[in-house]
Amino acid sequence: MPSTTAHKLAKGQKEISVSEFFEKNRQILGFDSPVKSLIMGVKEAVDNALDACEEAQMLPEIVVRIDKIDQKEYRVSVEDNGPGIVSTSMPNVFGRLLYGSRFHAVRQSRGQQGIGISATIMYGQITTGKAATARSKVEGAEAAKEIDIIIDTKKNAPVLLREDFIPWNEKEHGTRVAFYMNGRYVTGKQSVLEYLRQTAIVNPHASITFIDPDGRRYNFERATEQMPPLSKEIKPHPDGIELGTLMNMIKATKEKTLVKFLQNDFNRISERVAKEICAAAALPESTRPSNLTLESSKQLLEGMGKVKIMAPQVDCLSPIGGNLIRKGLKHVLMDIKPEFYAPPISREPKVHTGNPFLIEVGIVYGGDMPSDQPVQILRFANRVPLLYQQGACVITKAIESTDWRRYGLEQRGGSGIPFGPAIILVHVASTKIPFTSEAKEAIASVPAIQEEIALALKACGRSLKTHLNKKERKTRTRSKFEIVQIIIPLMAEKTAKIVGKPVPDLRGTLTKIMNVVWIDDSVIYEKKRHRVKVQVYNYTPKQQRFKVHTVLPKGGLDLASCSLRPSEIKDDEKITWELPKIASTALYEISFELKGLDQDAFSETELYVSGINPVDVMGADPLPGDWDLEGVNFTETEAPAAEKAEDEEDEPDYDESGEELNDE
Amino acid sequence: MTNNERNTEAIKRLYSISESIYEQLDKGQIPKMVLPLRTKANIKFDARTNVWKYGSLRGARSAKKVKGAMMLLRTSYMLELIQEMIETNKSSTLREAYYISEGWGKAKFHSQDESNLLTEDLEIVTQCLREDFKLRPEENGASIIGDINIVETDRKGRKKAVNCRDDVGDSGYGIPYNVEKEKIEIKNTSARFVVAVETGGMFDRLVENGFDEDQNAILVHLKGQPARSTRRFIRRLNDELRLPVIVFTDGDPWSFRIYASVAYGAIKTAHLSEYLATPTAEFIGITASDIENYDLPTDKLTDMDTRALNAELKDPRFNTAFWKGEIDLMLKLGRKSEQQALAKYGLNFVTDTYLPDKLNELGLLKK
Repeated sequence: MPSTTAHKLAKGQKEISVSEFFEKNRQILGFDSPVKSLIMGVKEAVDNALDACEEAQMLPEIVVRIDKIDQKEYRVSVEDNGPGIVSTSMPNVFGRLLYGSRFHAVRQSRGQQGIGISATIMYGQITTGKAATARSKVEGAEAAKEIDIIIDTKKNAPVLLREDFIPWNEKEHGTRVAFYMNGRYVTGKQSVLEYLRQTAIVNPHASITFIDPDGRRYNFERATEQMPPLSKEIKPHPDGIELGTLMNMIKATKEKTLVKFLQNDFNRISERVAKEICAAAALPESTRPSNLTLESSKQLLEGMGKVKIMAPQVDCLSPIGGNLIRKGLKHVLMDIKPEFYAPPISREPKVHTGNPFLIEVGIVYGGDMPSDQPVQILRFANRVPLLYQQGACVITKAIESTDWRRYGLEQRGGSGIPFGPAIILVHVASTKIPFTSEAKEAIASVPAIQEEIALALKACGRSLKTHLNKKERKTRTRSKFEIVQIIIPLMAEKTAKIVGKPVPDLRGTLTKIMNVVWIDDSVIYEKKRHRVKVQVYNYTPKQQRFKVHTVLPKGGLDLASCSLRPSEIKDDEKITWELPKIASTALYEISFELKGLDQDAFSETELYVSGINPVDVMGADPLPGDWDLEGVNFTETEAPAAEKAEDEEDEPDYDESGEELNDE
Repeated sequence: MTNNERNTEAIKRLYSISESIYEQLDKGQIPKMVLPLRTKANIKFDARTNVWKYGSLRGARSAKKVKGAMMLLRTSYMLELIQEMIETNKSSTLREAYYISEGWGKAKFHSQDESNLLTEDLEIVTQCLREDFKLRPEENGASIIGDINIVETDRKGRKKAVNCRDDVGDSGYGIPYNVEKEKIEIKNTSARFVVAVETGGMFDRLVENGFDEDQNAILVHLKGQPARSTRRFIRRLNDELRLPVIVFTDGDPWSFRIYASVAYGAIKTAHLSEYLATPTAEFIGITASDIENYDLPTDKLTDMDTRALNAELKDPRFNTAFWKGEIDLMLKLGRKSEQQALAKYGLNFVTDTYLPDKLNELGLLKK
């Protein structure tokens, strides 16, 4: 055997075992600290469990348990109610690196994001020397198969230490994997508990139970019975495809002509489009793909770029959907009692480098959250929480470059992470998430993705601002309302008694203080109906007559329940009432009910007025110009018109002079 | 005016406030009440009486805002309460008045600050004293020790002659909340001057060292920021017995304010400065210069202290060369000191050296 340096090196290379490779590369694989290793271990097993349940369209029930063995060592066990794994596959699933079904699929799944359960088991084995135990039962089987498994790191092959059939009567089907690993259990922003909490938010169809090393039990209950739709596999989309990938596809194709290759191996290429591409690339349609040289492959790629090709279909993506994002957030965040959930935004799919993606955003505001801290950012990639590398992530960049001051959050200089009592959730779903590194902790700054996130953030931010405006207006009016409804009448009664005269007519005083028509709404949900009450107080010196408009969820209004018959109902959702004359200082009330809606589907009534000067109205906006057009869409909300200047005072307000009298 | 006449007058004036609110409502106006602004910026020196009083700036308490509307509403409730107390010959403490308001429903006070503030407002508008409203503070004034003869009319109407040195224990004669003539007559004294002392520790030190007898002095314990009756009593000693008054406090910004309220009048009670303040009262220390001259032990000024000193530089009452110099020096030193820091040089230092030094400067030292 010649003993050149190259040969020596080659010999050495052969002997680098998988475990050595692993040990050297643990950072990029995400096992770079004891705390993180434990999270990774849980994450891999939980992701697998969720994926398995979803593929089988079963509502996941997952139990995670961590036991502390000694200072460094923990035992992690994750159990699901998925379809189970046939016993012959079990050794490979748990004992062979890079074994799986998803490598070549173009579709959204959690699995593409980790290093796999087998690598996790190997990490455990390297750090503790202990075998992992896997147990699985498929539907209809009489018993579960249970194996103790280690990985022969040199051969990258499973070694079974024990193999048994065990009755698992409490379970019809499902899988449980348990392994030992070195790590450290903590609580806080980057912890197993937080990982599971966030997982529960974006997987409201899953029920997750966690038992921590102290035996404390956390239940994240299922918020919906609705399974996410199964995402479909698609072929690669030509948009933004890379030369290497194209050449691999050329090598692998079974098609005999270029036009067929284009037509059958790509997404969204019809025969017509295939011919156009051939023409644009100046290559004959009948070219055998195997005859394409590097040069002609480049030509083909350029040709693809010249032809307009339809965006990929969306069913390869599985968005969570606005409704379920809200449910998931509400369910998990209940104990901080947020005052507002902005209707979540789920954008239409777009494409980055041949891969479809879509963005979803939700904002939660108020409640027990601190208002002097940066907002909390929840990042998700294909329904998997990202806990690390926040600063390097495109989600963070999109949030930082949005001017949140327009949407009611504090932000110095209009960039950077905003401050305020809010949580911003961003979900990126894609057939291929462009991570910044193998550890898959942050999404790379792809301009197309950042732009989509920014658009979704803005749309959600607008709802937040609308809510904050309304709230501010309400508190402002509430205090005035207290004056005119309670304090002034009491004052009149008391002084009348003291001077021994009749209680004076208060109209003049009350209308001088308010001088607006005040509209207030309340919504009560009971017996599966939303009972809505709209109160119109005329606190102007003259009688008023005008129209009130609202937009209700389609098909929700129970017409028979309306205290005043609407004068017009458009498209089944835009309602107009023509109010009767309301005398100065009088109250008029409209009530109606909505039926057949989820409680969450309706919480505040959007109210608009017409036929009255909008500056005379508080609690409702002027009817938008596009009322008669399709949908009531609002672009950027402007600051509400300043309240009418109060009458000039001769003296400053005595009670607001603001000086501490007790400073002596 | 007799007590009864004063009470009746107070009711009459309070009644006119309620009447005015009623009339404004009846005319369809937004009820309001105009008062002098009780701010630092509106404290003006009155050359006739030599004290600081409210100036000409006025503010409006208007029903347009919740706070103002509530205060106007409470005014009528207060009137009823006061009327009832006068009719039944009862009085209540300010704290009791605050608790009585529990029964006023919407109009109840949310803190005693609110009820105290309104009481002062009503004093200002009606030009009556809170005693005329049958309201009194819950705490009494502080104590005095010294050879002075007074006659106090006790709760049973008996007149009692008291010598504030020989007839009292070591804690001195307790100044009642009402020190007006109908309650206390000041007879005569052998004392040559009055020392108003901020802290109890120093008051006891002077008593123990027999300073009152050695120097023929009346010692008054201020107990921090002095109550109205303490200030009123000092003023009467100054007025009726022609006794000079010196003020001896800690050396920090808060103590400077204690002196200001004794000598110049407090911002909070500037409507009563004429009765409460003693314009000729002299501040003897602890001054910032004392810290340097006597090399006294000190503490660092806190942020709050520094803010208070800077506020005093903008306070018109402190706008004199003496105070500017002292405040600037204290800011420069960044230190403050306590009366009792004089004990660095022994327990007798204050009565053997420090006070004689100061009295000598003022020409008050017993020859």
